Amino acid sequence: MTRFVIKRLAAAVFVLVSISILVFLIFFATPGVDPAARIAGRNADQLTLQQVRATFDLDKPLHIRYVSMMKHLFIDRDLTSYVNRGAEVLPQLTQAIPATLSLVFGAAIIWLLLGLILGITAAGMRKSWVDPAIGIIGIIGVSLPVYWLGEVVNLITQGRLHATLFRWVPPLGYVPFTESPGGWFLALLFPWLTLSLLYAGIYIRVIRSEIVSLMQEDFIKTERAKGAGEKRILIKHASRMSLITVVSLFGLDFGALVGGSALLTEVVFGIQGVGRLTFTALQNFDLPLIMATVMYAAFFIVIANAIVDLVYAWIDPRVRRG
Amino acid sequence: MTTHEPAFDLSSESPGKIALRTLVRDRRSWIASSMLLVVVALTLSAPLYASLISKTDPFVSTINGTVVLDGVEVQVLQQSTEGLKLGVNPIGPTWKIGPYFLGADNQGRDVAARLLYGGTNTLLIGFSAAALTLIVATLVGVIAGYSGRIIDSVISRILDVIWAFPVYLLSISLSVVLLTSGFKWGPLSLEAGSLYLPIFIIGLVYVPYVARPIRGQVLALREREFVKAAIGGGAKNSTIIFREILPNVIPSVLVFIPLMVSLAMLTESALSFLSIGVQPPDASWGTIIKDGLGLLYTRPIVALTPGLFIVVTAVALNLLGDAVRDALDPKARLRGAF
Repeated sequence: MTRFVIKRLAAAVFVLVSISILVFLIFFATPGVDPAARIAGRNADQLTLQQVRATFDLDKPLHIRYVSMMKHLFIDRDLTSYVNRGAEVLPQLTQAIPATLSLVFGAAIIWLLLGLILGITAAGMRKSWVDPAIGIIGIIGVSLPVYWLGEVVNLITQGRLHATLFRWVPPLGYVPFTESPGGWFLALLFPWLTLSLLYAGIYIRVIRSEIVSLMQEDFIKTERAKGAGEKRILIKHASRMSLITVVSLFGLDFGALVGGSALLTEVVFGIQGVGRLTFTALQNFDLPLIMATVMYAAFFIVIANAIVDLVYAWIDPRVRRG
Repeated sequence: MTTHEPAFDLSSESPGKIALRTLVRDRRSWIASSMLLVVVALTLSAPLYASLISKTDPFVSTINGTVVLDGVEVQVLQQSTEGLKLGVNPIGPTWKIGPYFLGADNQGRDVAARLLYGGTNTLLIGFSAAALTLIVATLVGVIAGYSGRIIDSVISRILDVIWAFPVYLLSISLSVVLLTSGFKWGPLSLEAGSLYLPIFIIGLVYVPYVARPIRGQVLALREREFVKAAIGGGAKNSTIIFREILPNVIPSVLVFIPLMVSLAMLTESALSFLSIGVQPPDASWGTIIKDGLGLLYTRPIVALTPGLFIVVTAVALNLLGDAVRDALDPKARLRGAF
């Protein structure tokens, strides 16, 4: 196990370094693009451009520029926005994290529950109409553009019906848990449901097909031969085994969402999270901010994936040898 | 779902023919293809619609324009009568075949005409980006899986890194950098705001999703007897790749087609919604949803219709994807899909 942990962590460090190089290349070395003009924002004057060139050592060779970028990001942590003059980037980022975490955690609980319940039901009722009906829910779930669904939800809960049926829905925005737990819950309820529907679609499909193929395995046949009931086999054996796939998928999705894929949901519901921060930065062409959010996201995702793999190896000893 | 098939197919039919027959017998593939056909036909009729029915240029804003409805001349953009009476209300849907069937957007442009034009772009980007992904991914996957050793480890590591980078963030980063200044690298040159940029970006970010499974498959194929026999027989690498490996990889690539088109389309509209995809004056379903944002509570139709089109197209593609998968992969057929 120790060897596996060391190997996995080394791989994580490798991926992190590579991603930082990739980010660096995209923002500082894209052919035909002047990075200084990029970073300084639209219509920057000569003075700002020179300042940017000096800060990021843009007239020096590539590798020095890379070191300089990483130093500003992680060591000095003094990356400042040129669009919002002087606004430091990293405090904005740390302030936004709780909102994103709240959104993704809540949605994850809902989509896991939905995925497991509907996925197992569909697999168990393969001969009846229930299976195709759940199948349609799954297909619609994966086909919905989440930002559009959010708009539809807003139209219903914040539009005309807001005066009557949906009076209890607070206006769009995020309420910190420490301020008012009830308000936090109400403000996040519809964003949770919206975000989770998309992922529930994916999980229903994956869990169902995983269980159905597990049901053909020898160990299930053995259980049947031993006289175990179908229901017991489905819940105690096949569903439990399917959790292995769910764990690894969940790690990837959770990491990606906290890392910024929740951006569209945050934008639509006005939640001041990391994704929304990236979005604002996009609108203003605030490159230092985008760079910081992308790096933070990559960091989070790689760590999340490494943790998932370690949990995986801990559950299933075969993985450690592979 | 077909009934019991014999374990050994004694007829001389090729696997391809059997798969095609299964696909044709599958109800889902008929439903999905007809849905797709309707959507494609509608979007392709955009120029006809604009010139014959809506009779407006959907790319020019007509803020002070008027239109004759039921014999009465009406302003396309009316002064708002609600609240502070600030802002304007574009004309609502007339629900009559003719100009402003679905109303106007906040620049007085015909929503229905823009919807059809936008669909052309969304579908074009979806299909082209998926094609790019599949071609590059097959190439990369086959090269990595077949050559093994250093080339394989280098390619696999690169794929791992892109894989760890969330699709949206990677495409956002690329779009932000390339959007205003375009891309110039040697002979390759893409203009800023061109439709090729989103195709190029979306096509590239999904490569690892397809290349990784293909590499794995090629790796397994390399160990099979018929490939070993070809190697032993002294066949050239190119012969082995084209005659032995590729024909066995093609089915998986086919399964990926509908799913990748759906993914690429959804990504395009999300990027366009974030204003870093298709650039004005061009439209796509994503940009129209974005335009409709400010009109959500007064003219919800502007934001609702493009989303409905996206959902219908994506559902059709996913349905078709399931049908193709079951037709080509007998094991999946055993599992029985929805």
